[in-house]
Amino acid sequence: MSIHAPSRRELLLGSGVLFAWAHLPKAARAEGRDPRLLTIVLRGALDGLATVAPVGDPDWPRLRGDKALALAGPHPALPLDGFFALNPAMPNLHRLYAAGHATIVHAAATPYRERSHFDGQDVLESGLGRPGMNDTGWLNRALTALEPAGLAAPARAGHNGREAFAVGPVVPLVVRGPAPVLSWTPPRLPPASDDTVMRLLDLYRHTDPALARVLEERLGLAAIARAGGIDEKGKPAQPGPAAQVRQFFAESAGTAAKFMARPDGPRVGALAFDGWDTHADEGAVGGRLAALLGALDGAIAAIETEMGSAWGETVVVVVTEFRVRTHRAHQRDRRHRPRDRDGGAARRRRAAGRPRRRRLARAARCRPSRRSRSQTDHRPARRAQGRAQGPSAAARVGARLPGLSRQRLGEADAGARPLGVTRRAGSGRPRQEGRHRGNRPDRTHGAAPCAGLLTGRQPGLPIDAT
Amino acid sequence: MSLDRKTEAALALHRFGFGPRTGSIAAISGDPRGALLAELDRPGAGRTVDPDLPHSGVAGRAAFGFQQERQAARRAEQDARKAAAGAMGDAPGGQPQPANAAPASPEMAAAALSKPGDPAAAKPKPDPGVPQKLFLGEAKGRVEAALGAETGFVERLVWFWSNHFCVSVDKNGEVRAIAGAYEREAIRPHVVGRFAEMLRAVETHPAMLLYLDNVRSIGPASLAGRNQHKGLNENLAREILELHTLGVRSVYDQDDVTSFAKIITGWTIVPFRQDPVHGGEFTFNPRMHEPGPQTLIAKTYAQDGVEQGLAVLADLARHRATARHIADKLVRHFVADQPPPALVERVAKRFLDTDGDLREVARALVMAPEAWAASRAKLKRPGEWIVGALRATGVTPPDIQPVMQAQNMLGEPLWRPPAPKGFSDDTASWIDGLSQRLDVASQVAVRVSALVDPSAVVDTALGPLASAETRQAVARAESRPQALALLLMSPEFQRR
Repeated sequence: MSIHAPSRRELLLGSGVLFAWAHLPKAARAEGRDPRLLTIVLRGALDGLATVAPVGDPDWPRLRGDKALALAGPHPALPLDGFFALNPAMPNLHRLYAAGHATIVHAAATPYRERSHFDGQDVLESGLGRPGMNDTGWLNRALTALEPAGLAAPARAGHNGREAFAVGPVVPLVVRGPAPVLSWTPPRLPPASDDTVMRLLDLYRHTDPALARVLEERLGLAAIARAGGIDEKGKPAQPGPAAQVRQFFAESAGTAAKFMARPDGPRVGALAFDGWDTHADEGAVGGRLAALLGALDGAIAAIETEMGSAWGETVVVVVTEFRVRTHRAHQRDRRHRPRDRDGGAARRRRAAGRPRRRRLARAARCRPSRRSRSQTDHRPARRAQGRAQGPSAAARVGARLPGLSRQRLGEADAGARPLGVTRRAGSGRPRQEGRHRGNRPDRTHGAAPCAGLLTGRQPGLPIDAT
Repeated sequence: MSLDRKTEAALALHRFGFGPRTGSIAAISGDPRGALLAELDRPGAGRTVDPDLPHSGVAGRAAFGFQQERQAARRAEQDARKAAAGAMGDAPGGQPQPANAAPASPEMAAAALSKPGDPAAAKPKPDPGVPQKLFLGEAKGRVEAALGAETGFVERLVWFWSNHFCVSVDKNGEVRAIAGAYEREAIRPHVVGRFAEMLRAVETHPAMLLYLDNVRSIGPASLAGRNQHKGLNENLAREILELHTLGVRSVYDQDDVTSFAKIITGWTIVPFRQDPVHGGEFTFNPRMHEPGPQTLIAKTYAQDGVEQGLAVLADLARHRATARHIADKLVRHFVADQPPPALVERVAKRFLDTDGDLREVARALVMAPEAWAASRAKLKRPGEWIVGALRATGVTPPDIQPVMQAQNMLGEPLWRPPAPKGFSDDTASWIDGLSQRLDVASQVAVRVSALVDPSAVVDTALGPLASAETRQAVARAESRPQALALLLMSPEFQRR
């Protein structure tokens, strides 16, 4: 036997193989499958606890106060597993979950621990350890690593399986790279998000009162339009901003599904939805966040519908760049927390549920426990160095795609720095560094990110057997 | 208040130019005033060279020909339909029309998919027509000139004068086709030249004669007037006095307007129909010209023919009221909505002293301490702001249409002012459009966000002008598009 020090690449590959061998679901290798993977990036760090709340934790109401999701009250959350419950704005996701077609992965994150959303998104989408203007995303690299005859890319004339599909005027980084990208842009982009308006208003209030007044008027008018569907001069009423967002989400996701469902369509796709960096008064129930979640729920429904018979071969991953702090959220800040959610392989929730639930509960109590931080790396090639934690969410999803095995994902990611830091900063104690932001609530990265998967596949293929 | 050089450089670029591009602030911070003046002194300043853009005569004839053809086609279609209706009586309904089927099938939807760099996949658009194509070509040239300028001071002057002597493409297809050529032929050559020459070039240009109806103005005592019973049209004469030179309610009255209108009767264009070679070009038609001397503002003009009107224009160009009117507008545009009276006085004096040398007038503006001391309170005009955003992000739009749509949406459609007075220049007129700007900013940001780093754009576009609050808002945005949108909407980027 030759003796040579293994390169890092070999190590990564090696660990990937081991891992895959141990956990790769057999069915993923079955002949005749033609799977699809659609990734949805929620930009702005979704508040996972306002989406999937640990209602079974006795400390929960204290943490979020009267803004906490609860099983009782006028807008009861939808029970998931007896401990967690889903935001009532997402009945469709709830149905999928109940049927074993969806799971939620709380406490998943990249190693990024700073506070820039777009740097966090870079790390999430590039799969690399550092933020910055990267050229390639992990999904695209994964595609190029596929063998030409791989199952994800059947060699059929005119087949687009080797291409990625993207929605929007700008291709999300996650699918940018050497593999060709088909892109489609909805004919009508939504107007500036309410969140952007609020931030701008905040900026104007501190720097330019005259501009602030003008913007406040816009907000006032928008509120009226929302309430009454105002129309000028007898013209048909324009849909309100919330309706426009709903429409945009559903159209984007539905179109992606329509193309990916085609026999010769792309098999990997990505799209991004903005507006998730909600703050104080985020409106988890009946407010802004609820409207966004409702729109996302509608997007998931649109995917299911448009995928048609291909839904059974589809995995949808919904991810966000990092987490919002758990604690004191009921007062004013809750901000960054990542999570992904998406649909797919149903049962993993059972395997994953219990340990995670404990972690979350701890996190929610803000105990200084290391485990309260993310336990799962989103990115495909999560690291090797010793502190192996659970498989990355991406890797687990990838394992469902024949040809997108963990080895392949590892290979695609071979240029990445070892991560190994996923838990590093993870104390459950809320960090205080964000405290001085003028009148704005501070933002810190606290505990409890979450991720989710949905799939049209039949139950029975636990992805997350960590 | 004295500013440090870098701040002064950033202010120079925003107030007098089209905003910074990458490295602009550093590049001119050695001598910001000098950089502005150097642009005035550059040979050929104001002119653009694009061999693809046709002369106004060519453009006008092309538009006229196109409209004739389209009318003929429409007429033929109507005739055919009438004939068919007559012949077929109560024949069963027409054929199904697959051309308009909804793109419901995957195949149709696939046509809407476009691969980057694959023009064949683009959806076929309806032919916009010759006038619109010419308009868009001109618009592209204009925006590119503003994007490519070093500071943009001369281009800002071009935009200023073009608005001062505005025409509207809403008038008709010919004006739509030649509005850009008008700016290139009548405005650009004179922005750092003489006001008198610009005035003469403008008032004898087919675009202006068409826009303000002078092509059909006939002297009542002229040969044509006596035969046709058509009359005098005072529009151009009134606007020259009220808007282009002396200013409203200054030194003239209604009789002066009428006299002047008579003086410029016969200033028209060669009819398109009559002359396929020179149709649409300026001509003096003596048959339409009111004969005899006319008195205007206490002076009698006894010249013959076109000389009579040219003499009036020459006098108007050097009138004290004109100097004040122009100085006031320039200072209002570049410095403040309430122009400092001493500065207006000084600029007007420079105008008179140099016989309307517009380079010297611009120089006086740049050298005035008041022009730098004013607070950055003026809101940028929409078109100016859009160009500034593109310069800041370093993006040249591959297609000019979205830029034009954005200008339309923000209430400043190119070469389409609501009235001969042009677009207003004060903050109050534009501030209500702020929320539309936010929507445009969001869309621009979404489109360019893959190409730029927001924090770098803050340094490029604002540098020392950026407030801590704006920097923080950009750094903490939830996404790159949001960061860019906030930057483009920041007070420092909106105001100058």
